[in-house]
Amino acid sequence: MILKIQNLSCRRGDRLLFENLDFQIQSGELLFIEGHNGCGKTTLLKTLVTLRRPDAGVVLWDKQSIFKLADEYRQNLVWLGHYNGLKGDLTALENLRIASVLNGIDASEEALWDALKTIGLYGFEDLPTTVLSQGQKRRAALSYLLLTKAPLWILDEPFSALDVRAVDMLQAIIAGHVEQGGMVILTTHQEVPLTSGQVKRLKLAA
Amino acid sequence: MFTVFKTILGRDLTLAMRRKTDILTTFFFFVIVISIFPLGVGFDKAMLQKMAPGIAWIAALLASMIALERLFASDYEDGTLEQMLLSHQPLIIIVLAKVFAHWLLTGLPLVLIAPLAGLQYHLSGDEVGIMMLTLLLGTPILSLLGAIGAALTLGLRGGGVLISVLILPLYVPILIYGAGAVSTSMEAGSNVQAYLLLLGAFLILALFFTPWATAAALRIASE
Repeated sequence: MILKIQNLSCRRGDRLLFENLDFQIQSGELLFIEGHNGCGKTTLLKTLVTLRRPDAGVVLWDKQSIFKLADEYRQNLVWLGHYNGLKGDLTALENLRIASVLNGIDASEEALWDALKTIGLYGFEDLPTTVLSQGQKRRAALSYLLLTKAPLWILDEPFSALDVRAVDMLQAIIAGHVEQGGMVILTTHQEVPLTSGQVKRLKLAA
Repeated sequence: MFTVFKTILGRDLTLAMRRKTDILTTFFFFVIVISIFPLGVGFDKAMLQKMAPGIAWIAALLASMIALERLFASDYEDGTLEQMLLSHQPLIIIVLAKVFAHWLLTGLPLVLIAPLAGLQYHLSGDEVGIMMLTLLLGTPILSLLGAIGAALTLGLRGGGVLISVLILPLYVPILIYGAGAVSTSMEAGSNVQAYLLLLGAFLILALFFTPWATAAALRIASE
């Protein structure tokens, strides 16, 4: 499995964010995307998850365009954006259950409970997520990472709002995924230490 | 695939139950619009009977319209729509489940309250029956067509008004046949079967084609 980006250019309105971007990432690799605010990190990630079309260039998943593969590509994908993707009126458990069904994961009730326990929401699973703190909401969104089997994780600022312990835990989860042959692309100011696997960096300059 | 449909349907119904104002607003809007017409135009029995089908149907159109704005907007705002667009399940099934939930919450109550309109406008039992039947066939079409507008106007300022401008013209055939059926049923020896068959045909067409259009519009809106 290789995700390959060739000659990618994106505009936002009249402004050119980046052009002729080339890179690739394969199993067992972690890619940091760096750059100052407004340089197009989120736009790039949204393009990689097919939420946005590039203005020029191609994104290939195993040599086929991700926009042609469409649903077939999306099955390999986990996306966590700025929004947590949680319904405020539903509990963390209900949110996680819906996410699992939407992504075809046949998770048992115990698996869902375990995921929430591991992520540190034990005792909060029955509260509507709207009353949780920002960090707890982020944790609720991240709990899905513990259930998914998808190889390619694309995470936009996954560490935002998390406390030190949660940051450590998320680093371990990401490192574990890479070491098992997964791929992770993320934007962050927080490093993820890896014991095996490879770290790549991409600097966007606008 | 059926699990996805059930899950999304259950999700939207649960959400609505935890935030009842959204459903009640539509419901009371319909009741109030129906009730203020006699106050404005007078209580002449013959005239009210003549106007009843049109008023009931227009009230239904408007009620279903004001509820449409929330169909995808809240999912768009909290990022759950993004997750649905990227889910491993066919988007069409998700769209169908959401529209069905929307109809159960906003369309079906209008069908059930129709006898109240009948009372206010001196309609006979048979005429009320026909009105309920046409609403039962027609309101799902309103939800299905409206979903396209709701998807197209996502993320736009003043989206609610724009939906009306986009979608009300598309509602015209439903209005004509729906209200027409009830009016026709008031004439002696008339047969409304043709109207009902046409509404049924519209419903089947809408059921097949609108989810595709809505799904495509959602993909465009997310960019």
